[in-house]
Amino acid sequence: MAINVPFDVVELAAAEAARAGWWGTVKDFCHRRPVGAAGAAVVLLLVVVAFSANLIAPYDPEKVDFAAMLARPSAAHWLGTDAFGRDVLSRLIYGSRTALLVGFGAAVVGATAGAVLGVGSAYFGGRVDLYLQRVLDIFIAFPLIILALAIVAILGNSLHNLILAITIPMIPRCALVIRSSALSIREMPYVDAARAAGFGHARIILRHMLPNVMAPYLIMLTSFLGQAILLEASLSFLGLGVQEPTAAWGLMLRGAAVDFAESAPWMAVFPGLAISLAVFAFNLFGDSLRDALDPKLRTL
Amino acid sequence: MIPTLFGVAVFIFFLMRIVPGDIVELRFSGESSYASKENLAAERARFGLDKPLWHQFVTWMWGLVRLDFGTSMWTGAPILEEIKLRFALSLQLAIMATTVGVLIALPLGVAAALKQDTWVDYLARVVSIAGIATPSFWLGILMILTLLVVFHWLPPMVYTPFWVNPWQNMLQLIWPALAVGYRLSAVATRMTRSAMLEVLREDYIRTARAKGLVETLILKRHALKNAMLPVLTVTGIEFAFLMGGLVVTEQVFNLNGLGLLFVQAVTRRDYTMTQALVLLVASVFIIVNFFMDLMYGWLDPRIRYR
Repeated sequence: MAINVPFDVVELAAAEAARAGWWGTVKDFCHRRPVGAAGAAVVLLLVVVAFSANLIAPYDPEKVDFAAMLARPSAAHWLGTDAFGRDVLSRLIYGSRTALLVGFGAAVVGATAGAVLGVGSAYFGGRVDLYLQRVLDIFIAFPLIILALAIVAILGNSLHNLILAITIPMIPRCALVIRSSALSIREMPYVDAARAAGFGHARIILRHMLPNVMAPYLIMLTSFLGQAILLEASLSFLGLGVQEPTAAWGLMLRGAAVDFAESAPWMAVFPGLAISLAVFAFNLFGDSLRDALDPKLRTL
Repeated sequence: MIPTLFGVAVFIFFLMRIVPGDIVELRFSGESSYASKENLAAERARFGLDKPLWHQFVTWMWGLVRLDFGTSMWTGAPILEEIKLRFALSLQLAIMATTVGVLIALPLGVAAALKQDTWVDYLARVVSIAGIATPSFWLGILMILTLLVVFHWLPPMVYTPFWVNPWQNMLQLIWPALAVGYRLSAVATRMTRSAMLEVLREDYIRTARAKGLVETLILKRHALKNAMLPVLTVTGIEFAFLMGGLVVTEQVFNLNGLGLLFVQAVTRRDYTMTQALVLLVASVFIIVNFFMDLMYGWLDPRIRYR
């Protein structure tokens, strides 16, 4: 690193914001990073839509209507209907529930487990660290989607298993990043002090080290959110994720959407737009969060 | 390298044995009249599935050591033969997609870094974040749709090897390469941008400017060359991922590549095929990583390996 890094205004602002309380932090973030705030707004909108799906959806997402199969977008069906006459807009709205559930579930569990493993690995060092790294290497050498596929095949198709299948490949990736941050924290005097005071390993890891890797943790978490939604869509598209008739964006792109793509393009276009928009919003927010918290950390 | 591969082998071997149901059950599930206990047992014996697990594992390992991957449980054909055809397709697609990705990423990333916080930068960032957010398979669907609606034309659906008919081959593979390459370019653009930004602040860049070096020369020789390291890493990782992870895009474009073979092998409980494929993909990943490390040492003489 060069010595002449410009004075880090952002860090200073963050410190000021911390004194101003969380509302001050939010206001500060919106002010300094409008793009990230826009992303956060879309995410918030998605959350609201997901929670109030039963209130705002014009139709029952699973109700089959053979009188209105493959209907064009119209006043009755804003985004048209699919091959079973189900309202595309309603399915999109309910699909946000699936996407957010899987996204948050997998990202929170994956990033947290990864953080604990990463910090633990860095803290204990030596042989524990070495063996743990080897095991994580093995998991990382597995392509993400292939590992998820195998897990779904083992555990069967259900929403819980799908979340688990997406979570497991994320753990080692997060653990690696967190470990490298935690390595420097282990050398901090306060960790030595805690050890000298006779605190147990668990207490030092959870109370003293974990809070100090919050920045990379939050960054990994937000980047996993988008990835989890994408992975869920891919698995559902393959028929290995969410099963019919549950509404899910990836599932809506499967089968008939491709077969009828020419005569009923709305079936293929809108669910994909929903996926892109959601992941785009999460990434915008995550990017700005990273710039604010730890500009040097690189995520995908 | 070898210990990791061995770990992968152990892991996939037992993972597949945990998956409920085996190939024999699956084969006979449609024909209940043949599924007597004796028939099932005879079939299992034919595959060696009646032996204890450790015996099966040692047999498989002994085969691997002699580079004998065995035969596919489902088709009975030698696994190497089955994989060879698909490997060519997946490799070609991965190379094409990586080329597309790098060709987009380098100029875009450098431009974004040079014009930081201008509209060029914002545009590059939006394009690249959108690239990560857009599922490649959906992009593929949209491409096919556009070709169909606007040009009334569809890419050929049957795979022609490059050496048979390069033109036919390109007509088919350029679309998935574009769809996947866009995603790869997104990742690489962001990396190029942030690496360039970091390098441009280094002391030696200031020195180069101070001694009056031409700006293009500074960019090419001093900045870009040093910024290439992290870009190379992500490109390499993405490339390794492309070799086996294109399951969904292959489905959309009706390509018979490694990804599709893998899904079939898992759903059919074709143990030997799944194991061989996982090992292959993991080896590609590990070898690519190994070459990355070598390239690091070569590109950046400051890095030395003990």
